[in-house]
Amino acid sequence: MDFHANHFRLFDLPTLFRLDAGELETAYRKLQNEVHPDRFAAAGEAEKRLSMQWATKVNEAFQTLKKPLTRGAYLLQLQGMDVFSEKHTAFPPAFLMQQMEWREAVGDARQARNTGALDRLSRELRDETKRLESELASQLDDMQDYEAAAATVRKMKFMHKLIEEIGDAQEEIETV
Amino acid sequence: MALLQISEPGMSTAPHQHRLAVGIDLGTTNSLVASVRSGIARVLDDIQGRSLVPSVVRYHADGKVEVGFEAQIRQSDDPHNTIVSVKRFMGRSLADLGDPGRFPYKFVDAPGMVQLQTAAGNKSPVEVSADILKVLRDRAERSLGGDLVGAVITVPAYFDDAQRQATKDAAKLAGLNILRLLNEPTAAAIAYGLDNAAEGVYAVYDLGGGTFDVSILKLTRGLFEVLSTNGDSALGGDDFDQRVFCWIVEQSRLTPLNAKDTRLLLTRAREAKEQLTEHDEARITALLSTGELVDLNLTTAKFNEITANLVSKTLAPTRKALRDAGLAADEVKGVVMVGGATRMPCIRHAVGEFFGQTPLTNLDPDKVVALGAAMQADVLAGNRKQDDDWLLLDVIPLSLGLETMGGLTEKVIPRNTTIPVARAQEFTTFKDGQTAMSFHVVQGERELVSDCRSLAKFELRGIPPMVAGAARIRVTFQVDADGLLSVSARELGTGIEAAITVKPSYGLSDDEIAGMLNDANAFAEEDMKARALNEQRVDGNSLVQATRAALEQDGEALLSLEERAAIRAGIADLEQRIAAEDHLAIKRAVESLNEATGDFAARRMDASVKKALRGHKLNEL
Repeated sequence: MDFHANHFRLFDLPTLFRLDAGELETAYRKLQNEVHPDRFAAAGEAEKRLSMQWATKVNEAFQTLKKPLTRGAYLLQLQGMDVFSEKHTAFPPAFLMQQMEWREAVGDARQARNTGALDRLSRELRDETKRLESELASQLDDMQDYEAAAATVRKMKFMHKLIEEIGDAQEEIETV
Repeated sequence: MALLQISEPGMSTAPHQHRLAVGIDLGTTNSLVASVRSGIARVLDDIQGRSLVPSVVRYHADGKVEVGFEAQIRQSDDPHNTIVSVKRFMGRSLADLGDPGRFPYKFVDAPGMVQLQTAAGNKSPVEVSADILKVLRDRAERSLGGDLVGAVITVPAYFDDAQRQATKDAAKLAGLNILRLLNEPTAAAIAYGLDNAAEGVYAVYDLGGGTFDVSILKLTRGLFEVLSTNGDSALGGDDFDQRVFCWIVEQSRLTPLNAKDTRLLLTRAREAKEQLTEHDEARITALLSTGELVDLNLTTAKFNEITANLVSKTLAPTRKALRDAGLAADEVKGVVMVGGATRMPCIRHAVGEFFGQTPLTNLDPDKVVALGAAMQADVLAGNRKQDDDWLLLDVIPLSLGLETMGGLTEKVIPRNTTIPVARAQEFTTFKDGQTAMSFHVVQGERELVSDCRSLAKFELRGIPPMVAGAARIRVTFQVDADGLLSVSARELGTGIEAAITVKPSYGLSDDEIAGMLNDANAFAEEDMKARALNEQRVDGNSLVQATRAALEQDGEALLSLEERAAIRAGIADLEQRIAAEDHLAIKRAVESLNEATGDFAARRMDASVKKALRGHKLNEL
């Protein structure tokens, strides 16, 4: 097993966006069970160091593949594309409009301390994210259209950030 | 009569050696030590059958140190020299303490961490904690009848890097080999989960004397996975005492109190709080040194009123932990209560209401953390068979980041990331010809650096002069399985490497610890040497044992004849050194055997990774 193998190969999974979450988790646990530092607490320094490197690598790979957003970005990275580099900042006009509307709605709900509205927005954004995920799956796995896939990943990133902002706003309202 | 030992079929022919390991709950109010014997975790008692050691240390001018009950009885007579709740000061500067006037101590503002002035000189919280740990270590060695291989020491999950490092330093100072720092709620989950064969999502609500943690865990057979954790490292049962104390002062219209009377009334406040666990009211009486008499009646209703906002202060982190885990309160299968302060009916009621279920209180909330730590120590020491153990996946409680332009925080590793973890981020220069860069490592959730905890500052020098923005400096954060951070920086742009690794500044350097050990009156020089020799022997023997086991398992499959011979020679050399008296020679032999087995270790790791995946495939079929 090559320490530098790609994340999918590390877990013995096909290098595809569509992935069986249960299978990924099983493979993760199996691997972590072998390499985790707790297995080497009584071992020599060399083994301790290796174990930390492996466990770190396995955690990183699992976290990357678990979330659709980072999994998509990682697959594009394997194609030599850096989706989040500053060169790509332009969204299509329709998405820009939609983006502004959402931002405004979140801002208003935050101002009005309306947790119900924030909940509704969060659900709407999650539904939209789900739709983007299935779009991404066919762009990556069926059509190998990496430019289009990169645009979808960037949209998903925007959605993700906005969902996080809603969470922060809810936290803010609850704590005061 | 000693019985002859027979090994299990197929196992090593060497007699199975049970390695003595303990779990230690180093608490704000009380500390405990526990160990697994014959498969069962038990708290180790003192000769009088008492399991708790009050976390109280009294220093005398002649260097004598009293720890536990004997120190506790004298705390009102000798408040300056009797340190209680020292855990609150671990890794904290004077500025962190807020209003130091509410403590009956003389603080000294030392760099990094506050110190306490006592009759025996200035004491760092690390030294005070080490004095408690020494008592626990002695108790364990006496009761188990041998030297300890190591200890698992628990810390609040919400402890930051400085507090963790300070705890590790205290253990080192007490002569303990740390197998792992373990988060308290996680330890409790282990004890609870194994005891009840629990599966599903559990919350652990841990309100101790001075700290509050809440963790959300997923328990499956053989795996304890922490999903999220939150808390307040300066909120606990002590604060409830403080509220009652303020109420007493207010009700009795007392003039400013001296240290003795403050301590006396704090004790009365604690007693009243404890009485309200079983009764509806508590009588508080005290005769002060001024001749004033305190005589009050505290009802449950009044107590609930004056402490209501402390209770709700624990629910906000609970809500956050649930949100971070992506769960709703009704998706939690059970709520485990930990810490003496969870005996308060108002807490049980509030937690029950929040989760919509009666909290679980079937394990002693004072002992459950130590018991879980002992179970984990048993696993880490390698005492359990492969199929009879479990794996623990924990997280970092607080985000780690760097200061960027304008005093803003750039998060490098977000909170609740599974450890161990490493993350790298690239930065560049701001000015043409810039040859150095300074980094400020911070921990916390806030956007402004000034609102986060500063962990370390360091500089990277020797960057070749380039135009602004051309240099590429990669900063790597690595958090190990103890939750401790190290940071390194490297210039990548030109291929010229300038790298530096720092440990956060609150920890003591090895030299400082060596200095403290030398200063400690507890050991004469001979004792020190004997102890060092002993420690090296324990180290050396465990390496010999581990290497032998590795050779037996994989030697033939993974090593050539020559390689095996070289490692065998290393083992023989180390064994010879162990038999002799020179601890430095043992240390050198340990190092060289470690080096000689480096490749072997790598091959073994590769092989076990492959094996894990093959097993996976077979199960799928």
